[in-house]
Amino acid sequence: MKLHELSLKEQLNGLKEGSFSSTELTKHYLDRISSFDKELNSFITVTEESALNQAKESDERYKSNKALPLDGIPIAHKDIFCTEDILTTCGSKMLSNFKAPYSASVVNNLSSDGVVVLGKTNMDEFAMGSSNETSFFGPVKNPWNKKYVPGGSSGGSAACVSAQLASAATATDTGGSIRQPAALCGLTGIKPTYGRVSRYGMIAFASSLDQGGVLARSAEDSAILLESMSGHDPKDSTSLNEDVPNFLENIDSPIKGMKIGLPKEFFERDLPNHVKSSTKEAIETYKDLGAEIHEISLPNVDLSLPVYYIIAPAECSANLSRYDGVRYGYRCEDPKDLEDLYMRTREEGFGSEVKRRILIGTYALSAGYYDAYYLKAQKCRRLVANDFTEAFKSVDLILSPTTPDTSFKAGEKSDDPIEMYLQDIFTIPANLAGLPGISFPCGSHEGLPLGVQLVGNSLKEAQLFQAAHQFQEATDWHKNLPEVK
Amino acid sequence: MTVFNESWEAVIGLEIHVQLATNSKLFSGASTNFGALPNTQACNIDLAMPGVLPVLNEEVLKMAVKLGKALNANINSPTSFARKNYFYPDLPKGYQISQMDKPIVEDGFLDIELEDGSTKRIGVTRAHLEEDAGKSLHEDFEGKSGIDLNRSGTPLIEIVSEPEINSPEEAVAYLKSIHSIIRYLEISDGNMAEGSMRCDANVSVRKVGSDELGTRTETKNVNSFRFVEKAIQYEIERQISEIESGNTITQETRLYNSQANTTRPMRTKEYANDYRYFPEPDLLPVVLEDSFIKKTLEQMPEMPNEKKLRFVNEYDLSEYDASLLAADRDLANYFEEVTGESKSAKLSANWIMGELSAELNKENLNILNSKISAKQLGQLIKRIEDSTISGKIAKEVFEKMWSSGNEVDTIIEKEGMQQVTDLSEIESMVSKVIDENPDQLKQYLSGKDRLFGFFVGQVMKESQGKANPAQVNEILKEKLKE
Repeated sequence: MKLHELSLKEQLNGLKEGSFSSTELTKHYLDRISSFDKELNSFITVTEESALNQAKESDERYKSNKALPLDGIPIAHKDIFCTEDILTTCGSKMLSNFKAPYSASVVNNLSSDGVVVLGKTNMDEFAMGSSNETSFFGPVKNPWNKKYVPGGSSGGSAACVSAQLASAATATDTGGSIRQPAALCGLTGIKPTYGRVSRYGMIAFASSLDQGGVLARSAEDSAILLESMSGHDPKDSTSLNEDVPNFLENIDSPIKGMKIGLPKEFFERDLPNHVKSSTKEAIETYKDLGAEIHEISLPNVDLSLPVYYIIAPAECSANLSRYDGVRYGYRCEDPKDLEDLYMRTREEGFGSEVKRRILIGTYALSAGYYDAYYLKAQKCRRLVANDFTEAFKSVDLILSPTTPDTSFKAGEKSDDPIEMYLQDIFTIPANLAGLPGISFPCGSHEGLPLGVQLVGNSLKEAQLFQAAHQFQEATDWHKNLPEVK
Repeated sequence: MTVFNESWEAVIGLEIHVQLATNSKLFSGASTNFGALPNTQACNIDLAMPGVLPVLNEEVLKMAVKLGKALNANINSPTSFARKNYFYPDLPKGYQISQMDKPIVEDGFLDIELEDGSTKRIGVTRAHLEEDAGKSLHEDFEGKSGIDLNRSGTPLIEIVSEPEINSPEEAVAYLKSIHSIIRYLEISDGNMAEGSMRCDANVSVRKVGSDELGTRTETKNVNSFRFVEKAIQYEIERQISEIESGNTITQETRLYNSQANTTRPMRTKEYANDYRYFPEPDLLPVVLEDSFIKKTLEQMPEMPNEKKLRFVNEYDLSEYDASLLAADRDLANYFEEVTGESKSAKLSANWIMGELSAELNKENLNILNSKISAKQLGQLIKRIEDSTISGKIAKEVFEKMWSSGNEVDTIIEKEGMQQVTDLSEIESMVSKVIDENPDQLKQYLSGKDRLFGFFVGQVMKESQGKANPAQVNEILKEKLKE
């Protein structure tokens, strides 16, 4: 078996047993990146030199029996996580020259567990998009079919893991940016409970919705990585002061008797047959595993999309104000005066989707509109969250398709923002409610993967991993990988 | 109270920004020291680097709770933060973290003392926490502006009064009262010249008896008590004269120019902002536990009003003296230390508010850097009380002490300033004076009683001021009878 075909867990065992070194593994991935990524465009920055240094240090630690929990595993970081002295662009011209003098807490957590960082992955500009077509650094291609998009905004992380150019990757999810690309690229992706993973050093899009997570090839691999990333961070006031459990501890326990809810509002939607049938098959698998299936209702869940498209742009309109050309990042040439500096820096530095959302958000917060838009959206957000609270009184997990369909062709939706926004119809509610959600492969249609999503109650990531892992023990969908040429 | 024109009444509300004396900033660990080199006290958070997050400095909560108590106000729990959005280069995030819906302090009042001795209650609408902006420096950079972000993120509490102030004098009394409170609580140094306390005045005028408020202006940039009084006075007069000449008042922000003693409108562009306030998603609402509030309030010092009452009761001072001494915590402490040494509260109060204040004012010093310590002044007064020196000689000793820093007894000894209390010595001086002034003696004996003072004066002169005046009186009376 080739090194890149091994799962993260298998690679970890191989490193421990000395079957191969981290340097070999890292070189292997770097070779694959240089062979395949020109076309896929999943990386914005490849950190070859520092990766090899880290691998070398890791090998030393193995030799001296001082290995760290994730020692020597080559991963990639979404380019939204600040990495000290390495370019962090957030997929934008605005930060195309930005090197942070600090690293995100997620990056530090993983590094102190010994990972090797191969580079920074492509993404929709400032994480705004569902196809990875809004990146200043060009679109990313789906390894399953290069005419198709990998999803977004974590499209680079998804594509590089799917194409086996990294063992796993970090990602972020504001409305589905981990789970949607996971579904479209045939991966397992988890967005944990809001506050489980520190947002410090993770460039903000919509602060009350953003959450870091993982894209990997299985529930087990995701659990290993997420455990290292998670934990209370005094530098993030919204970070939860909760112990991180061992996510692998119950992963092998049977799920007999676990109650899975199917929200009728989701299943009543007009979905393509292949989505319906693969979701139904997944439900059958869970029945076979001994789970109880219940129909439930989330009566206000249809409000999610409009609520999201008020709150996320409103927060982003303020979060992105700091990009003004004064202190760092892109600055227009020869500004005439202050206003010219602001206007041209932001006109030239931001792409059109980012500008659209800044405008929507600014409008929603303006005097005279605030009550009708922002305040109402906050109230509706509460209603959606309450629906989940109510639902979790009778079920343990909530199952739905992750996306309304398989991937779509590049350019197909780029002129129709509403059509693009509908990509996240099943994933957004978990962000609004701050709940953990996992997507994993459950089928395939015309050579493109399909995903199913489980949403758990607050802090129940372990239960999500257990349910997803049991599914993956019973099925082989997650083992399908695209053949990269 | 200033009367402008009997038919007009001024309506004034003050917004006072107080810089809180924390060691580090409101949402970052950077130092808040004044006067460091530009941009040396601004960390990644103050610079609004991508991905950084604010973490509340909990010290400010204690300060705000104490202030709330001193302002007889409610403490909101939970209290929450909001973003106030506007673009300016010295505001790195493009928004200021402030408070909107749930300010930490709300619905209080302050009783201020007016010059005629009466008190007036001024409502305090709210006091909220917010971060300061940096500074834009428009000089020294040809064709450009410099930005210094050292001040960026410094904690402020903004105290907003009800529009219940009706004259410049009341405004200053209110401001001084707030100043006294924040210094007592040690939550700010209240230094207006350095900008630790800044005052914006909302002023409008209306016809006496009218229920409707006139259009108000907001005057900014007023950095001393005196300027607050003058700026408000100017603004009231300007508004009255505008209206009386048939013009209307524009609602606008005006800047005070202390050199010209005028106010002028700021560019309307800077004013016409829609701040698009919304809850700060990076900070959760802060719950102040009862135990936290209780523990904080246990650390409250005695406040100016309480201290004043105690001074009246304990030291038998007049209301006026007590209130002057109690207004400044350092002055009050100095007074108590002097009294502890001298054992005479009244003399101590007189000396502090008389000689000492005059010297301090002359050299522009405050009580903390007085050249005479409380202990020294106490000893001086003790020497008056035990008749070692007279009050008149004491003034000379005071001056020598001020310039040399020497101890009281050293000066008295060295200069031979002890009061003469030796009866025979005084008797011989009295005899000498009587012998040398036979004409005056004749006149006195023939009934010109007021010449008694002349003899006292002559004896004091003879003794170089050192004779004990009471003894001189007594002996003179006896001798003149003979």
